[in-house]
Amino acid sequence: MTVSPARAKHTLITGVIGSDTHIVGNRILSMALEDAGYQVVALGALTPAEDFIKAAIETAADAIMVSSLYGQGELDCRGFRDLCVEAGLPDILLYVGGNLVVGKQDWEDVERRFLEMGFDRAFPPGTRTGDVIERLDREFAARADGPAR
Amino acid sequence: MSDSAALLIDFGSTYTKLRAVDLASRTLLGSGQGPSTVTTDITVGMQAALGDLEDRLGRLPGFKYRLASSSAAGGLKMVTVGLVKELTAQAARLAALGAGARLVDTFAYTLSKRDVRAIAGHVPDIILLAGGTDGGNSDVLVHNAELLSQAGLACPIIVAGNRSAADDAEDILRGAGKDVRIADNVMPALGTLDIEPARAAIRDVFIERIVHAKGLDRAKEFFDALAMPTPAAVFEAARLLSEGTGKRQGLGPLVVVDIGGATTDVYSAASGEPGEGRILQKSLPEPYLKRTVEGDLGMRHNAAAIVAAAGRDAIAALAGTPPADIDTHLERVAADVERLPAGERERGVDAALARSAIRIAVTRHAGTVKIVHTLNGPVPVQHGKDLSLVATVIGTGGALVYGRDPSLVLSGCRYSADEPDSLRPRDPALLVDENYLLYAAGLLAQAEPEAAFDLALASLVQVGEKPARKRENERHVTSG
Repeated sequence: MTVSPARAKHTLITGVIGSDTHIVGNRILSMALEDAGYQVVALGALTPAEDFIKAAIETAADAIMVSSLYGQGELDCRGFRDLCVEAGLPDILLYVGGNLVVGKQDWEDVERRFLEMGFDRAFPPGTRTGDVIERLDREFAARADGPAR
Repeated sequence: MSDSAALLIDFGSTYTKLRAVDLASRTLLGSGQGPSTVTTDITVGMQAALGDLEDRLGRLPGFKYRLASSSAAGGLKMVTVGLVKELTAQAARLAALGAGARLVDTFAYTLSKRDVRAIAGHVPDIILLAGGTDGGNSDVLVHNAELLSQAGLACPIIVAGNRSAADDAEDILRGAGKDVRIADNVMPALGTLDIEPARAAIRDVFIERIVHAKGLDRAKEFFDALAMPTPAAVFEAARLLSEGTGKRQGLGPLVVVDIGGATTDVYSAASGEPGEGRILQKSLPEPYLKRTVEGDLGMRHNAAAIVAAAGRDAIAALAGTPPADIDTHLERVAADVERLPAGERERGVDAALARSAIRIAVTRHAGTVKIVHTLNGPVPVQHGKDLSLVATVIGTGGALVYGRDPSLVLSGCRYSADEPDSLRPRDPALLVDENYLLYAAGLLAQAEPEAAFDLALASLVQVGEKPARKRENERHVTSG
């Protein structure tokens, strides 16, 4: 992945939501995002939803990247977009990824449920970091070209 | 001998207090006290205190240093403003408290016109304006500068927020004729505290402007420098005792508790990192030097609040009196906030109040550790400072020096099994600043660090049982 100067203008919040200590995948993602040139604020494991949002306010972040690996993601992420709206961040980009639900469930269905919760993208287990970065690049480019937020 | 003495002055809110010390022998020569007359003519109280000192010493020595601190005229009244309450707003609070300020109000997020009217109503001495990490949110800092620029505020405003927006905030405020200073951001990156520059800026404003604004400089013939608010002097002493000097080994991590009539202040000089392994630390990092002020816990002005927080029956049980005695006591001290306890029963109630105030104040200052149950099993998560291994707790204030059973009172700071989450000191040595020398040592710390260290140490008297670890600081100096 090449470093692009445009990325340095964007701040991303990363962290693992809820009572979840699975930090490794989130750490790898954070490092990859940083290596790609993004400004990354990594909150680490055991991060309450509110802390993502507080960090996003202070740092004027462009996106929040929520990881959840322990199957409780659906409970932890419920109302996340509403919290952002309440905090004055109605349009902030929200990504979520990991082992979001318990057991074998149809991914399309899982994705739909997280999109309905207000996440802009949901990523299934095994997603490559490069795919996330590409997606972010496109999203930010589209937002820069598109109508004012 | 004449050039080896120092005069340390505390212009307090009730008394003007003097300590004369000998720098060569590291002893307290004597003390003097007069009324606080800052609101009329500060020199009257100063003359009275000097007269008192002279009576005790026979004649006044020549002084190599005459240094003063002040908590008079309402102390250093500050308002802090930040963005997120738990982040930059909290960092701004820590900076102001660390500089020895009396926080009269704190704000987060965008100020409203109503907020700004409230700020103007407080007539603060300094406003500290923070908000946003460097390169982070700039709208709120600029918005808040805009609103403050429109208010009828004459006090200096220190901007210590997002450096990308600090220039704009400065221009807005300066354009409106405000006295603006810029300091480095109190939180340059998320989770990184940098409060020393803001503290230094507050100190500078205090020396340049506040001393004059409060009429303290009318006594300038009596001192060479009025360098800091009194709580900042106590803080300097805590730092000195903890760190030591080139030739003196410090006491290591320590806590100072100052119990007064209106507030209970707690200072810690300790990193507060998890004392045991495998504990996850969350939340804002804590400053090595941290001061908290409990404005609702005081022996006289806020005695009723201590009873409300600790419980009337609990206070009565501690004091060994019927609960009705507590009510009587509260009525008495409310009617006369300068009341000294008369008789054993009243002294017992005072001791119970002081112990409870210290317990609550140290609990609020210290961090907590809680077990979070995860799928991988229980994980201990720490918030705030772990003070459990702190080996020294120093108490100062009339309730400890003159009150009954200082050991019982000060041991309120200790960890107790009924509050298992609280990371209070487990087995500290309990020391009392018998001669009220901490502020004096703090004032001397820069000019004569070793003398200041020795004087502070000599004023500390161990109370209660010794902890398991043997300590050396048990020397005792009698006053002259």
